[in-house]
Amino acid sequence: MNRRFSWFNATSITLGFAFLYLPMIILVTFSFNESKLVTVWAGFSTKWYGELFRDQAFLNAAWVTLKVAVISSTVATVLGTMAAYVIVRAGRFPGRTMFSGMIYAPLVMPEVITGLAMLLLFITIGLDRGVFTIILAHITFTMCFVSVVVSSRLATFDRSLEEAALDLGCTPFDAFKSVTLPIIAPAVVSGWLLAFTLSLDDLVISQFVAGPSATTLPMKIFSSVRLGVNPQINALSTILISIVTVGVISASLISKRSIARQRAEELAAVRT
Amino acid sequence: MNIRRLFLILAPYAWLLVFFLIPFAIVLKIALSDYAISIPPYTPVLDLSAGWDGFKSFLSALDFENFTFLAEDALYYTAYLSSLKIAIISTFLTLLVGYPIAYGMAQAPDEWRPTLMMLVILPFWTSFLIRVYSWMSILSNEGFLNQLLMWTGLTDSSIQILNTNTAVYIGIVYTYLPFMVLPIYSALEKLDGSLIEAAEDLGCSRIQAFWLVTFPLSRPGVIAGSFLVFIPALGEFVIPSLLGGSSTLMIGKVLFEEFFNNRDWPVASAVAVVLLLILIIPIVLFQRNEQKQREADQ
Amino acid sequence: MDQQSANRPVFAPWNDPNEKPLIRFQNVTKKFGEFIAIDDLTLDIYRREFFALLGPSGCGKTTLMRMLAGFEKPTTGTILLDGQDIAPIPPNRRATNMMFQSYALFPHLSVWDNIAFGLKRSDMPADKIGARVEEMLRLVRLEKFAKRKPHQISGGQRQRVALARSLAKAPKLLLLDEPLGALDKKLRQDTQFELMDIQEKTGTTFVIVTHDQEEAMTVASRVAVMDHGRMIQVDTPDRIYETPNSVYVADFIGDVNIIEGTAAPKGEGMVAIAWAEGQPEIAATPAGQVAKGARVHFAIRPEKVAITTEKPEGRANAIEGAVHDIAYLGNISTYKVEVAGGRMIKAQVANDRRISRRDISWDDRVWLSFTDTAGVVLLS
Repeated sequence: MNRRFSWFNATSITLGFAFLYLPMIILVTFSFNESKLVTVWAGFSTKWYGELFRDQAFLNAAWVTLKVAVISSTVATVLGTMAAYVIVRAGRFPGRTMFSGMIYAPLVMPEVITGLAMLLLFITIGLDRGVFTIILAHITFTMCFVSVVVSSRLATFDRSLEEAALDLGCTPFDAFKSVTLPIIAPAVVSGWLLAFTLSLDDLVISQFVAGPSATTLPMKIFSSVRLGVNPQINALSTILISIVTVGVISASLISKRSIARQRAEELAAVRT
Repeated sequence: MNIRRLFLILAPYAWLLVFFLIPFAIVLKIALSDYAISIPPYTPVLDLSAGWDGFKSFLSALDFENFTFLAEDALYYTAYLSSLKIAIISTFLTLLVGYPIAYGMAQAPDEWRPTLMMLVILPFWTSFLIRVYSWMSILSNEGFLNQLLMWTGLTDSSIQILNTNTAVYIGIVYTYLPFMVLPIYSALEKLDGSLIEAAEDLGCSRIQAFWLVTFPLSRPGVIAGSFLVFIPALGEFVIPSLLGGSSTLMIGKVLFEEFFNNRDWPVASAVAVVLLLILIIPIVLFQRNEQKQREADQ
Repeated sequence: MDQQSANRPVFAPWNDPNEKPLIRFQNVTKKFGEFIAIDDLTLDIYRREFFALLGPSGCGKTTLMRMLAGFEKPTTGTILLDGQDIAPIPPNRRATNMMFQSYALFPHLSVWDNIAFGLKRSDMPADKIGARVEEMLRLVRLEKFAKRKPHQISGGQRQRVALARSLAKAPKLLLLDEPLGALDKKLRQDTQFELMDIQEKTGTTFVIVTHDQEEAMTVASRVAVMDHGRMIQVDTPDRIYETPNSVYVADFIGDVNIIEGTAAPKGEGMVAIAWAEGQPEIAATPAGQVAKGARVHFAIRPEKVAITTEKPEGRANAIEGAVHDIAYLGNISTYKVEVAGGRMIKAQVANDRRISRRDISWDDRVWLSFTDTAGVVLLS
């Protein structure tokens, strides 16, 4: 596309990003507000953070959420990577169409339906609802996202690399372990991160399958903000937003730097 | 077929069968069952332990009364219609907001673009719930928007925005904006700049060149982005429950309340089945658009 | 040494009836669904050969090679390696190695580890692997680059790493899939000679797939010209060029004039080919019997056609025409001459003098002449 960066472009980008970021900036700012009113500034204070950390219910919910996210995203990454490999590489097998349908369906399924369906399954088979059922549900819907991320990487993967490994004496499993996996590792890692974030973030499905005994952080947030704005939630949001921001910015810096280094090395290689 | 290959296919396959497909079969079954006040609050129509006879009696006892109920009770079909209306309008609004952003990004200098990309993606990694919540303090009666409106003198007293459909539109546009911007941006970025130069060389003005060349070529991105907003917006639950009011009818919210507040599982299941049937059309259209794109890329 | 090499017979195992082939394709057919990639193909390849598979894309040459590597199985027919049917042997147990078109270097491993990759999966003791890798690095002159990753070396160096990696296990047979396709022209020519050198040093049998006829002619001991899954001609480069067996081969390899006509035997194994109304017939020497009245194609290379302003004396064939176009290529010039019936015949002249007397120009009347053995008679 030819670049004619005009005033119109600059204005639309500025307004667009203002729209995207202003609400979050306001949210973060007012987490440091002295007053309980979230819309009137009454001086700087960190007291809501203190209250947040003294609130055992929040700490428990955070712990449950973290546990669920780590376990479910790890299992989902293993299953999702396998599914991606099956979709891209396994060729034809009976039921392939249904398989790929089941991989893509959860991506577009409204969460209320997925949640309802899962809950009815757990009740039908008589499984007690709690942390375990949340983990099962999260594995199921996040593995599909992992599989999409990994399979798009696998689709562009030069298949002759695997053939070269076979040609040089690898068994198919050995070829996967020592050639394919190291090369697609970045996609697997981003699949894991995506699954982890989705699990941390999920409210609706957890709400359905959690039962009375387990509460995740989003469930806790939802039940308190339903009653109105609450500075303690602003403090919690600020913490979560900072974690994500630091994570995304450092990930993009790392990848930017490694791309730059790779380019420089390629240039140097051409000159030698 | 060797053992490893079999395991590779079977593990994810079996998982999805048990935790995805079978649950939907159960939803369908309950949607066809009768309501009963018990826990679980339904009487199963299909008695699996009765074998073939059970199946036969299942077929004869099979009734669509929950679906008839949905059709008869105005609450449900107005909820479906109002969900459709809200989803269509907010998709269109997201397109109006998102296209100029994507266009500006595609025109931006090369060295800015990774940063701009990151800025679009960043909200996506941030909690959905928090992003919706952040609008509550802006849109409330004492909120920042009303403060701004009164300060500029546009209104004398605060207007009700939170707990109206307007707030729901704002929430949907805000949370789903990255889904609209990214596909349009990637379509525009692929565009060969010499095409616009050729159009201008052949006598188009800049605006004509945009409508005759740029926009048609970015259409796959527009279509993809619209579906990515429309499909989740239709079944949305969090946004109408936090930003919408009691008059905001969206089917996701109705389903949730039917299930948790009224504890009418058969009707909730029937609502889910109908919602799925409605969603199949846009999902199939979306898949076809993606397929066409993939073929065009090859 | 000189004595020996002078007495050494020409390398031509395909002419020796006692020689056993290393590879034998017996009536091999390969189908992909309805598409026939290889059509009932029978072929022998001998030890120490540098065998080139040449043809346009989609002719089946890559499929043939992938069957040797084990990535495809024949639909019918057998492939024997050293007399043993290789169909049931998976690629990782075959004594063949392949150099991939994309090189397929493992991006996450260094040059050293790439070369050692196959050795580590063989029964070679660990302490010998290092020495073998060093040996291969010396062979391709990349000792200094052992620690680099593939993206840190140039395209030509990557090509040599790929070659070293595929040679490291000392395969009975090395398969090269368009090995020089990614290199620019100058580097490609240098590398062709390097490949021949390495082939001779290691004594490995090479099978190379290429669509570049010049490359096939340069490196190969024999060239197989393929089309639509069939072998059209298998022969040494010079015979492929000088005595093509079909219009397809004549046209595929190098530049050629093809003149269609009707043959009539003239005695002493000669034929006269009537090709245009009112023109003298072309006198030619066919390889076999030609029946009277048979439709034939007469193929003659442009460099075998002489061009003069006067009618030459004592040439078996002379055709008059007008110069239509002249292409000056530095070392040679090509004249496109329009003869009877609007037909174009190309003549090529070596520019052996620096400043030639440009006595032939556009629209000049000229004579094209050639001997009665200069061209090939191909039956339609």
